[in-house]
Amino acid sequence: MRVMAQMGMVMNLDKCIGCHTCSVTCKQAWTNRAGTEYVWFNNVETRPGQGYPRRYEDQEKWRGGWVLNKRGKLVLKGGGRVRKMLGIFASPVQPELKDYYEPWTYDYKTLVDAPLGDDFPVARPKSLITGEDTKITWSANWDDDLGGSAEHGHLDPLVEKVRRESEDKIKFAYEQTFMFYLPRICEHCLNPSCMASCPSGAIYKRVEDGIVLVDQDRCRGWRQCVTGCPYKKIYFNHKTGKAEKCTFCYPRVEVGLPTVCSETCVGRLRYLGLFLYDADAVTAAAAVTDPQELYDAQMDVLLDPADPAVQAEARAQGIPEDWIDAARRSPVYALAKVYKVALPLHPEYRTMPMVWYVPPLSPVVDLLRDQGHDGEDAGNLFGAIDALRIPVEYLAELFTAGDAGRVTAVLRKLAAMRSFMRGISLGNDPDESIPEAVGMDGQSMYEMYRLMAIAKYEERYVIPKAHVEQAHDLEEMGCSLDFDGGPGMQDSAPFGEASGRPVPVAVETFNALRDRQTSGSAPGEATLRGRVNLLNWDGTGSPPGLFPEKALFPEKGPEPDTLAAAEDQP
Amino acid sequence: MPAFAAEPGAAVELSALDIVLWGVLPYVMVVVLVGGLVWRYKYDQFGWTTRSSQLYESRLLRIASPLFHFGLLAVIAGHFFGLVIPMAWTQAVGMSQDFYHFNALFVGGIAGIGTLGGIILLIYRRRTTGPVFMATTGNDKTMYVVLTGAIVLGLWTTLASVFEGEHGHNYRETVAPWFRSLFIFQPDLAAMAAAPFSFHLHTLVGMALFVIWPFTRLVHAFTAPLHYLFRPYIVYRSRDRDRAGGRPGAPAGRASNVPARRGWSAVGTRDRDTRNR
Repeated sequence: MRVMAQMGMVMNLDKCIGCHTCSVTCKQAWTNRAGTEYVWFNNVETRPGQGYPRRYEDQEKWRGGWVLNKRGKLVLKGGGRVRKMLGIFASPVQPELKDYYEPWTYDYKTLVDAPLGDDFPVARPKSLITGEDTKITWSANWDDDLGGSAEHGHLDPLVEKVRRESEDKIKFAYEQTFMFYLPRICEHCLNPSCMASCPSGAIYKRVEDGIVLVDQDRCRGWRQCVTGCPYKKIYFNHKTGKAEKCTFCYPRVEVGLPTVCSETCVGRLRYLGLFLYDADAVTAAAAVTDPQELYDAQMDVLLDPADPAVQAEARAQGIPEDWIDAARRSPVYALAKVYKVALPLHPEYRTMPMVWYVPPLSPVVDLLRDQGHDGEDAGNLFGAIDALRIPVEYLAELFTAGDAGRVTAVLRKLAAMRSFMRGISLGNDPDESIPEAVGMDGQSMYEMYRLMAIAKYEERYVIPKAHVEQAHDLEEMGCSLDFDGGPGMQDSAPFGEASGRPVPVAVETFNALRDRQTSGSAPGEATLRGRVNLLNWDGTGSPPGLFPEKALFPEKGPEPDTLAAAEDQP
Repeated sequence: MPAFAAEPGAAVELSALDIVLWGVLPYVMVVVLVGGLVWRYKYDQFGWTTRSSQLYESRLLRIASPLFHFGLLAVIAGHFFGLVIPMAWTQAVGMSQDFYHFNALFVGGIAGIGTLGGIILLIYRRRTTGPVFMATTGNDKTMYVVLTGAIVLGLWTTLASVFEGEHGHNYRETVAPWFRSLFIFQPDLAAMAAAPFSFHLHTLVGMALFVIWPFTRLVHAFTAPLHYLFRPYIVYRSRDRDRAGGRPGAPAGRASNVPARRGWSAVGTRDRDTRNR
């Protein structure tokens, strides 16, 4: 057994309102550069829908992920090593820009510069690729909120499959439709097929936290990873000629901060935490024959951090004590393995994805309510989940390789939780029969409710920091973190406040953000060593130094001596 | 100047130009090529890429690029066969001059025409596809001129010998001995000087190609990922380079405290790689 730690994420789809804040903040943080205009490390798809890039789930076309060969061995669907090498001169199945979309901007200048005339000036869309006038025909979320689904809905590969198998059950008529949002980032898989496809060996998994990254110096732009990733979450930067992907915001995670998408999520639907897993068991687990058993196999790979034997082994492998402790408190482990309500996205790709989803119950509740039933009554809900085969089959294609029973079990747990807690909120005695109906007890159901409904920042994001003794290796930092008390602020340096090396931005950000999360006042007050940091100013209050102090400007006009004296002061 | 062995082309009078072109230039070329590659590998890993334009256009590329690249691999193999393997060896294994000649023309001709067709198609695609043309730099254009020049001239030397037939020039008695003699630092200038003009021109353009090689996108050829055939599928890397494969929390091993050299900084974050060590 080789115990390794893995950062994981769980998204509760019931809470996603499709606001795209995660996508926008992620783009601002990571892909607002030339060459990555079309790139969204985080994107939010409306399902049913084609997704981004269009129809990426159609692996018969895009050939991503792993498959079992005739002898039951795990091989890349895109072909083995020799085949990849032969296809290196022109990647056989690489999505083109038209499969994503042609990024554009608007000619805003015309609005300002246009000469006086009879017509209103118009800001024409301009392609960011050619610079020419363009016609916008698609984007990363063109079919948002089922826009155009009557026309495009049947193009969703999962809709196609479910229709094939159950005779036209998914309808796009307004009255019969359903939808939910699916935010997607890189899955940071345990068995990543992008990595296996990379001829240069530039994609690697970090030993410490399992984050999958592309070494920008080693990448040679062979583009096989784009084909290899079944989630199409590796993008080709067409300006630098290198592959780029979601970084799990590793500079933030290393100092204990949640990823940008999690931090800015309006619905607070994301959970971050550690998994401990057995790295030696991954390949065998990814190679089980029946795709519907991949979920169980993946569960077996995840180790119980409360088990003393696992802890001892983790210690023996050098995992530090605070990481083991964080794994014990991990919300993602709780949702995925203890309560078993979080499911992996497309386990049938055999990559062992580590971003998990709580399937949405809301379409069911909404439908019950619309039909005039009590949408939160346990009996009604249980019945509706079984009767409403439409979403369950679709969800099963997404999360369990088509095993509808597993999705139903999760939805029943969520329904039971709603009913059980509603009873308590109404002042009734807890109805133990409800949790029993889904194989839980009242206590654990209450704990699950706490975690899923009202968990605070510290409970949703349990992120152990990278260790101080490794800090000299952290990206971006020009200096180590071994100031007094580890990652901490120093208000003064030996030779006055501007002396010494500057505080690393990540440390500054870390402290500022911690201030914001834990206090009501403006962040960074009195801790910025005389500098004004607008980076972390969120509009609350005014950071010191933003405005000149009033004392410097006496009402009756400045006296030269006072002003000069004031300027001398730091 | 060393005395040159008077062998096949002894009758040819050596001019100063011959000495510079065939005695000095090849070594200058090698120095620039190797030095340039080392320099670029050390300081410009980030720029070391294929700069693929497949994202913009795939339909033509899917035909043209393999045609060109596989053709080029055949051409390289042909050069190896013609230049490195002495004529005496092929005769020793019973390969007649006619048979060799036919092979060189037939296989070499197909490879050459494939390569030329590939690059013409690639250039056509580059010029006519808006986004691809937008992404073409001056460096690329220079490179295309030299590369296409080398291919066209090479094809010319091959095809010329078809029309000249029996009376054609046998480069295995002139260019090839000169090429091999370069490696033992005794360049057989006379042999090369005896070769016809078309071979001279092809060689010179070829050398120009190698000179600009490290400074163009062509460098990607030198990192052809052959190790992919042997490496494990899953790659783990530790954040701490001193303990590759190590675990977080284990005692941090700060390696020898090598001070950063001033001036050019090698690839990688200077802070991470050097200053803090």
